[in-house]
Amino acid sequence: MSAAYWRRAMNTAPVRARPRAAAATIEAPAPDPYAHSDAPRWLKFLWGRLAARHVFVMLAVLIYPFVASPFFTYQIGAQSLALGLIALSLTLLGGYGGMVSLAQMSVAGMAGYLVAIFGTSTATAISLAWPWWLAVPFAIVLAVVFATLIGWLSVRTEGIYTIMITLAIGVAFFYLAQQNYTLLNGHQGFNQVFAPTVASVDFRQPVPFYYLALACALAGYGFVKLLVRAPFGTAMQGIRDNPRRMHALGYHVTAHRVAAYALAGILAAVGGVLMTWYNNRISPGSMGVGVMINILIIAVLGGMKHPIGAFIGAIVFVLLQNFAIDLVDRERFNLVIGGVFLAVVLFSPDGLLGLWAILRSRFGPQSVITSNQRRQP
Amino acid sequence: MNVSKRRTWVRSMLAAAASAALIGPAWAQETLKIGLLATLEGPFAVPGQDSMRGADLALKEKNGMAGGKKIEFIKLSSDATPDKAVASTRKAVEQDKVPIMIGPLSGDEGIAVKNYAKTQPGVTFVNGSSGAQATTLNDPSPNFYRFNTEGAQWMVGLGEHALGKGYKKMFLVAEDYGFPYSQVQGFMASYCAKGGKVVDKAWVPLGTKDYSSVIARMPKDIDAVLVVLGGSDAVNFLTQYEQAGGNKPMVGGSITVDQTVLNYKGKRRESLLGTASAGPMADSIDTPEWKKFVADYKAAFKDGFPSPSLFAYLYYINTKAVLDALDAVKGDLGNGQKAYREALQKTNFKGPAGTVKIDSNRNGVGTTYITEVAKAADGSFYNKVVRTVPDISQTLGLPEADFKKMGLGSRDVPDCRK
Repeated sequence: MSAAYWRRAMNTAPVRARPRAAAATIEAPAPDPYAHSDAPRWLKFLWGRLAARHVFVMLAVLIYPFVASPFFTYQIGAQSLALGLIALSLTLLGGYGGMVSLAQMSVAGMAGYLVAIFGTSTATAISLAWPWWLAVPFAIVLAVVFATLIGWLSVRTEGIYTIMITLAIGVAFFYLAQQNYTLLNGHQGFNQVFAPTVASVDFRQPVPFYYLALACALAGYGFVKLLVRAPFGTAMQGIRDNPRRMHALGYHVTAHRVAAYALAGILAAVGGVLMTWYNNRISPGSMGVGVMINILIIAVLGGMKHPIGAFIGAIVFVLLQNFAIDLVDRERFNLVIGGVFLAVVLFSPDGLLGLWAILRSRFGPQSVITSNQRRQP
Repeated sequence: MNVSKRRTWVRSMLAAAASAALIGPAWAQETLKIGLLATLEGPFAVPGQDSMRGADLALKEKNGMAGGKKIEFIKLSSDATPDKAVASTRKAVEQDKVPIMIGPLSGDEGIAVKNYAKTQPGVTFVNGSSGAQATTLNDPSPNFYRFNTEGAQWMVGLGEHALGKGYKKMFLVAEDYGFPYSQVQGFMASYCAKGGKVVDKAWVPLGTKDYSSVIARMPKDIDAVLVVLGGSDAVNFLTQYEQAGGNKPMVGGSITVDQTVLNYKGKRRESLLGTASAGPMADSIDTPEWKKFVADYKAAFKDGFPSPSLFAYLYYINTKAVLDALDAVKGDLGNGQKAYREALQKTNFKGPAGTVKIDSNRNGVGTTYITEVAKAADGSFYNKVVRTVPDISQTLGLPEADFKKMGLGSRDVPDCRK
């Protein structure tokens, strides 16, 4: 029996043997201390999970544009949120699904190109000039289809082969965009792809655009937080840790993985639309190999064990990109960026989040292990 | 008594503090920050460094002062992508608050920065070396100035020159992006009008290594090949054309016949002699202004090239225009920079390679040098100036209506196959 045949048999054979029942036993709900009060359900849900740090961060990001200059609001804040959202899609795939895909930027680029093609741009011969509320959903849906196809192609590979095949897809799409003139307008791409004005709010302005990016980022963050605790998310983490065992338990491993690509594709597509509006343009250079690698750097820099890592990584990355040139000689500033990445990866394999955990365990109060204090006041 | 003394003391201290507060900003204003953007990363990193040298040279000639103020460059980098160029420009304008911005280096970056300039009417933007036609022809920004000429203007006159050499039918090989489109249009505008034919065009992607399919497509009955490729692409084409037995003479674009091509060691080396090309400058211009420019460049930068590159020259004239206009208004940038922009518009000085002035679209009107490859006494090849064409406007010497009818250069415009 050849290896390929064996894998095929492992992945497709007589599955569908009551996966739901297995999930139900894993996901036995914890007893809820607020179950008997009469507050609405969502409030109880939030109350059980919110901590002071959540409120603090939330207030900080909401007040930020009023404190910061337009430059910091737009170029640092909004760009970090949009890039973070694309990196979050990689965190979802890589951190929770164990599949490192370099093609997330291509999905984002696809969404950006589709917004330019369906919406308005300077290439009037190609752009269809649909209104934004039609163009954006179409762009996101088609980009998710693209992400699903990438997943469908690459889930049968593991580890470094996944990286290779997604890299190949990304590079192929880059060259397609570079050389296709009838649909993708070649090297120059699409210029003047502007964010819409909705109900007299002009989303091209720094503050409205920041809040738009913030809303999308928060939604993406909440989506991932919920997803990884849902039956699907736990199954995905199980597949990450031991696919053969999950298969033996009756899960359809391939289907779960392809679905993970599709879900991550939604995040990447939204991030791609935001990046296109942020740049007011899209061209092959916006999703070239360098940018694809940048997304991986952001995700690894922040840490892939928690969805907030993608955004922390994006903030550090954007700050470095903007201000490293002020720190050292103008011809050497890439050395600073590279040095920081190297240091983070060398001293903390889990990125900045891991660094934080190390520091806390070393210098923080030595806490006695107790069972979930916060839930039992 | 004691109380009144103390009060006087307090008052005098207050007065001193107040006057210090008033004088303080005046002292601070003595330094004027100017943003300077070039590509220090990516494919154009080496030209980007030389661009910075050109700008530094213009400032050094004025001892670092203009308009009575000390000038400080805020240097910025891009990687030749429009996204990065706008991000860096935005940082200089919105974070470092520069009133004047110089850059960027390449064509698509220029269009993106021009679009950004429209959102910042209070800041004056001056081009670095970017040469896309659309920057100043399509939807220009009133605060974006370009003192250099662009890609199409650099080729004006080469068409007639090629006809004069008896090249009636040509085949085109060019890279497939904005700058070669402009260059080809500049060549063809006059070449086709005077009866020349470009029988077919081969647009190849930037960085193409294999030209065999292009060479196979070339008809037998052409007189010459028009090659608008840059750097290693040009050398690759030349090598493969020679191996395939090609023997037609070549006409080059502005960045085609550079040092990499002149140092070509193949069997057809001798046949490079006489290859015509054109550009806004040439290494061998025989005027005192150019010789002084080269000498100054060599003295200032020990790590520079043997002779200033095209990019150093373009950044030099743009920076010089910025500083001269600052001198003309004595550093006054008030009133929305109105006086300063009027001074920029009136710019007219004798640069190293001809007069520098601009038209009503704020685009350069300048000289183009037509060169041919010649052999120096020591056996090395160089570009010898054979003709100069002064005062070339952005409409390539055509009346504006005719030029508009032709449209901007693209893959299919202009067309003169038959």
